[in-house]
Amino acid sequence: MSVSQIISWCVAAITFGTVIMYGCIGETINQKAGDLNLGVPGVMQIGGIAALASAFLYERAVTALNPYLSMLISLLACLIASALAGLLFAFLTVTLKVNQNVTGLTLTIFGTGIANFFGGSMMKLSGGVGTISVARTANIFRMKLPFLFGKFGAFGSIFFSHGWMVYLALVLAFAIQYFLDKTRVGLNLRSVGENPATADAAGINVTRYKYLASIIGSAICGLGGLFYVMDYIQGSWANDSTIEALGWLAVALVIFTSWKPKNATWGAYLFGLCYWAYIYIPGSVSKFLAEKLNLSKATYMQNLYKMLPYLVTIVVLCVVSRKKKRENQAPASLGLSYFREER
Amino acid sequence: MEKVHHRSFLRVTKKDEASLPMKALVIAITILCALLVSALFIYFVTKLDPISVYVSMFKGAFGTKRRAWITIRDACLLLLISLSLAPAFRMRFWNCGAEGQILLGGLSTAALMIYFGNKVPTPLLLLVMMVASMLSGALWAFLPAYFKAKYDTNETLFTLMMNYVGIQLIEFFVDFWDKKQSHSVGIINMNGQGGWFPPVFGQQYFLNILIVLVVTIFIYVYMNYSKHGYEGAVVGESVATAKYAGINVPKVIRNNVLLSGAISGLAGFVEVSGISHTISNNTAGGRGFTAIIVCWLAKFNPFAMALISLFIVFLSKGAAQISSDFGLNEFASQIITGIILFFILSSEFFNNYKVSFNHNRKGADK
Amino acid sequence: MSEIAVSMRGITKRFGRKVLANNHVDLDVYKGEILSLLGENGSGKTTLMNMLAGIYSPDEGEILINDQKVEITSPKDAYDLGIGMVHQHFKLIDVFTALENILIGLPAKEAEKKCRTEVEQICQKYGFDLDLDKKIYEMSVSEKETLEIVKTLYRGASILILDEPTAVLTPQEITKLFTILRNMKDDGKSIVIITHKLNEVMEISDRISVLRKGENVGTVLKTETNEQQLTELMVGEKITLDIARDFVEEKHKRLEVKNLTVKNIDGKNVVDDISFDLYSGEILGIAGISGSGQKELLEAIMGLQKCEDGSSVIYNSTAHGVHELVGLSTKEIISYGLHLAFVPEDRLGMGLVGNMGMTDNVMLKRYRKGSGPFLHRKKPHDTAVKIKDELEVVTPDLEYPVRRLSGGNVQKILVGREINNKPTVLMTAYAVRGLDINTSYAIYNLLNEQKKKGVAVIYVGEDLDVLLALSDRIMVLCAGKMNGMLDGRTASKEEVGYLMTHLKEEA
Repeated sequence: MSVSQIISWCVAAITFGTVIMYGCIGETINQKAGDLNLGVPGVMQIGGIAALASAFLYERAVTALNPYLSMLISLLACLIASALAGLLFAFLTVTLKVNQNVTGLTLTIFGTGIANFFGGSMMKLSGGVGTISVARTANIFRMKLPFLFGKFGAFGSIFFSHGWMVYLALVLAFAIQYFLDKTRVGLNLRSVGENPATADAAGINVTRYKYLASIIGSAICGLGGLFYVMDYIQGSWANDSTIEALGWLAVALVIFTSWKPKNATWGAYLFGLCYWAYIYIPGSVSKFLAEKLNLSKATYMQNLYKMLPYLVTIVVLCVVSRKKKRENQAPASLGLSYFREER
Repeated sequence: MEKVHHRSFLRVTKKDEASLPMKALVIAITILCALLVSALFIYFVTKLDPISVYVSMFKGAFGTKRRAWITIRDACLLLLISLSLAPAFRMRFWNCGAEGQILLGGLSTAALMIYFGNKVPTPLLLLVMMVASMLSGALWAFLPAYFKAKYDTNETLFTLMMNYVGIQLIEFFVDFWDKKQSHSVGIINMNGQGGWFPPVFGQQYFLNILIVLVVTIFIYVYMNYSKHGYEGAVVGESVATAKYAGINVPKVIRNNVLLSGAISGLAGFVEVSGISHTISNNTAGGRGFTAIIVCWLAKFNPFAMALISLFIVFLSKGAAQISSDFGLNEFASQIITGIILFFILSSEFFNNYKVSFNHNRKGADK
Repeated sequence: MSEIAVSMRGITKRFGRKVLANNHVDLDVYKGEILSLLGENGSGKTTLMNMLAGIYSPDEGEILINDQKVEITSPKDAYDLGIGMVHQHFKLIDVFTALENILIGLPAKEAEKKCRTEVEQICQKYGFDLDLDKKIYEMSVSEKETLEIVKTLYRGASILILDEPTAVLTPQEITKLFTILRNMKDDGKSIVIITHKLNEVMEISDRISVLRKGENVGTVLKTETNEQQLTELMVGEKITLDIARDFVEEKHKRLEVKNLTVKNIDGKNVVDDISFDLYSGEILGIAGISGSGQKELLEAIMGLQKCEDGSSVIYNSTAHGVHELVGLSTKEIISYGLHLAFVPEDRLGMGLVGNMGMTDNVMLKRYRKGSGPFLHRKKPHDTAVKIKDELEVVTPDLEYPVRRLSGGNVQKILVGREINNKPTVLMTAYAVRGLDINTSYAIYNLLNEQKKKGVAVIYVGEDLDVLLALSDRIMVLCAGKMNGMLDGRTASKEEVGYLMTHLKEEA
C-alpha cells in the first residue's frame, strides 16, 4: 500500500467518522438523560433531507444565489426538522410513557419514509435518479479551514483537507464532554439519567430535562445527516439506506465510547478506517485468497470486507460488556420511563 | 411569602386495568385520528380529496380477488415474523435481528433452490429447505443469544449489526451466483419452478397460509402451556426469581432466542420459496422492524398480532395503490404506516393513565 | 406550645379506584418539636408525608405552611417552602460523590467551593461526620442517611421529615442520630419521624400522631401516653404482644454447616468461615445489621451463591438421606427432593413472579413435575385454592397478578407455597418486613407450627424483640462472621445489639 493510498484511506475515514460522530454526540446526550433513542437513523435521515430539500428549493427559486444564505437556510431547516423529531420522541416516551425501543424503531421507519418520499419527489422535480445536486450550497459546507489547508505535508493532507463541519464535530465533542463533566446543568442531566426519582426529589424538572435532551440531542444527530448529504455525498441524494446503517453505527459508537463524547473523536475515525478497509486492504488479502483458496479476484469479495465495521462493532460490544468499571456503565435508568406517582 | 409555583392544568394519575370495551373504544378513536392525520398529510402533499384516496386505498388492498390474496399473503408473512419475536421479547431480549435471520433463512433456501431445484423432487426439496432455513436463522440468532446469556452483552445492537453482516453475505452470494454482473440473481428456476411452493387445491398461497397457521397455534401453545414457555416468562419477569426456582437462565435465554431465530429463518423460506422466488438484500424489506412493533402492540398475543399485521399490510397495500393512482412516490406508504404506528403506540397511555383537570387549582390561586 | 409550622387540613389521596391511602387527615407540626408519625405499614404515613414533599399531590384538602396556603406540586416547591424529606429508600445517585449529590438541582450560581464550606459548617454545627468526596456506592447505610439529612439542611430545610430513619441503623448509630435530631430541634426546626418502633417513639418525640387505615386516629403528648395506649391506637384493637414459644423435645441434626465462605464480586468475604448446626424442632434466629451476610448465607445453602473451597453444608433428612449441598445447583437441590423452603427478602424481585397469578406462582418450583413438554396446572391450582383458603389470601381470583396484591397477601402466598412443599428445613429472610402486625403474627404462628411439626426453621429478622421472643437459639452475624450463638430464652437485647456491632477479637 502506497503512502498516497494510506492518506486517502485516512481522509475517507475522517469524513465517514464525522457523520457518526455527530450521531454519537447527539445520542450520548439522549442517553445521559436516560432516553435510549433507537430513532437515530430516522432522525439523521430527517435532518439530511431537510437540509437538502431546503437548499434544493432555494437554489431553484432564486436566480442570483447567495450560497451563504443557502447554507444558513439549509442548516436551520436541518436543525428544526431533527429537533421536531426529537420533540416527537420525547412527547411519546416522556409524556405518554411509550416504550423507548419501540418508539425509536417507529421513528426510524417514519424518518426513512419521510426522507425517501421527499428525496424521490425531488428527483422527479429535477428530472430523474441521480440528478439532484445542490453543489453550490454544498461547497460552502465543504469550505476548508483557512491558513491550515494544504500545509504540513502528509499530516496536513490527512487532517487539514476537510470541510469545516469536520472540525465543528470535534469541537462539539469536547464541548459536550465539558458540559457533562463540569457544569451544573450537565450534572443535573446525568442525575436524570441515573435516577430520575432522585433528580425529581432534588427539585430538577425531569420532564423538561428529558425533553430538552431529546430535542438538542436529535438536532445534533440531524447535523450528522446534513454532513452526510452535503459533504459525504456532496450535495446529492440516493434512495439507498446508507444513512440508516450509519445511524446504527452511531448508536454502537455510544457504547464503544462508554458514554464519553471525547472518546468519539478517535472512535469515530476508527470506525471509518474499518468501513473503508474494503477498498484499501483487499489487494494483498485477495491475492492470498486467490492463491490459497483458488478464488478469483472477483468484485464479490468486496462484499465480505464490507462486513468489517459491523464485525468490529460486535467484537467491541462483547469486549465492553465484560468490563465492569462502574463509571463506564450505561446510565442506570437508561430505557425506563419515569412516573412520579408510581407505586 | 410571595411564591410563584408551577401549576399544570392537567393531572395524570395511574388507573386500574381498563375494561375491554374501553380498550376497543380507545383503539377505534386512535385509528380514526391516525387516518385523519394521514389524510391531512395526503391532502397537504397532493391536494387530493382524502376520501377518494382512502377508497382507492381499499381498492388497492381488497379491490380484486388477486389483490385480496396478496394482502392476506403478506399479512401472513408479517404475522410469521412477529410470532418469531414473541419468545425472545417475552424474556426482554430485544431481538432487532429478525431482518438478518430472515435473510439467512432465505439465503439457504435460495442456495438449495439453485443447486438442487429441478433435480430433487419438490416436496423433498421443500422439506430440506424448511429445515435448512430454520437452522440458518437460528444460527444467526445464536451469537447474540450466547453473549447476552454469558456476558449480558447489549443484544439490541448486536442483532442490528448481525443484520448488516447478513446483508453483506447476501450481496456476496448474489454477486457470486450472478454471472451477468447485474447484481441480481433474477427469478430462480423460472423454468420448471423447482423448489417453489406448489398450488394446493388450486390455491397458490395455500402453503404459506398453512405454515403460518401452524406456527401461530404452536406459539400460542408454547407461550401459555409449555414448560419451556413458562421458564421464558419467569426469566423475563425476574432473573433472580428464575435462579431461585432453579432455572438455568443462560440456557433458557439461548433456547428461546434460537427458537425465535429459527422461525424468522422459516419466514425467509416462505418469502423466497413461496412468494418472490429470488433473493436480494431487500428480501426482508424492513419487515423485521415492523414486526417488532406488531409484537409489542399485541402484547405477545398471537391473535392480536394477526389483526395488527393485517391492518398494517392493508395500509401499505393501500398506500402503494394511491402512489400509482395519484402519482405519489412509493414511500408515502411508509410515512403513513409510521404515523399510524405512532398513534397506536400513544393510545396505550389512555389505557393505563387517567388525565383529569386540576380542580385543586382554584382554591390555591387565592 | 409555639407557632404552627405545617398544617394539613382534610387531606385525601386515592390510588386508582380501590386504594384510599389517606382519608381526610388533619395534622399540625409546631416549630421546634419532634413529631412522631406512628402507624402500621400501609396506614398511609409515607403517602401523607410525600404530599408535603411534593412527590404526590392530594386529591382533596389544603396545606398551610407558616399560615400561608400553599400548593406543593413538585419537590422543588417543597424545598422552596423549607420542607426537606429523607426517604426510606435514599434518593442518592450511586456513581456521584457526596458533594455532587448535594449539588444536583441547585441553581448554577451556587458555587461548588461555597457549597463545600457551608456543608462543612453544617456538619460541625450539628455533629455530622461526612466525607464529601466519597462515592455513594462506597458508603455505608448510615453514611448515606447522614448525607441525606445534611443535604436537606443545606437546602435550608426548617421542616425535616424522616421516613423510617432507624430501620437500617445499629443501636449506636441510632443514639447518635437522636442526639443530632435534638440539636436540630433546639435550633428551632420542626422534625417529623415516620416510624412504627414504639420504644423510639417514646424516646425521641414530643408529640405523637397515630394513623390507622389512612385516617388520623389521635394525637397525644408523649408525657401523657404509654406504649400500650399507642399500640391500641395503632392497631385499633387490643392484641397480645407475646409470641408463643414451645419446646420440642425430639431433635435431629438437619444441617451441618462447616467453614462456609462466600466472596462477593470485589473478592471480599461476605460470609466468612461460618460453622453451625441446625436441628429439627427449633427456630434458629439470625440477627445482624442488614448486609452482614444474612442474605448470602441463606443463598449459599440454597445453591444460589458460589462457595469457596473448604465450605461444606451437610444436609440430613429422614426421608431423603444425607447430601453435601455445596457444589449442587439449585435445580439439583430442588430435584433431589431436598426441602429447603426459602422465603427471600425481596419477595417480588425473587420469590414470586409479579405478573403471574397465584396458580402460576405456586407452580414456580414444581413446574417440571409431570411428563411431557406441557405444564400440569391441575395440582398447583388445587394448592393455590388451599393456600388462599387456609391463609385467607385476599385476591379477586387465582389468575390475578400478584404484583397488584398488598404486601401481606404476597407474603402469605410465598410462605404458603414454601410450607406446602412439606419442608425439612425452612429458611426465611425478613419474612415480616413491610407487613402489618396482624399479618406478622400470622406468619410467626405459621413458623411455630412448622417447628412443632419437626421442621428446622431459620428466621432472619431485624426486630430484636421478635427475634428474642420467637427463637430457640440466636446466631449473631457481624461483618460476615459468626459473632456469637445465644440461647433465645436467656439472651438480652443489649447483648445481641452489642454482638451485632462489636466484632469479637480473634483468639
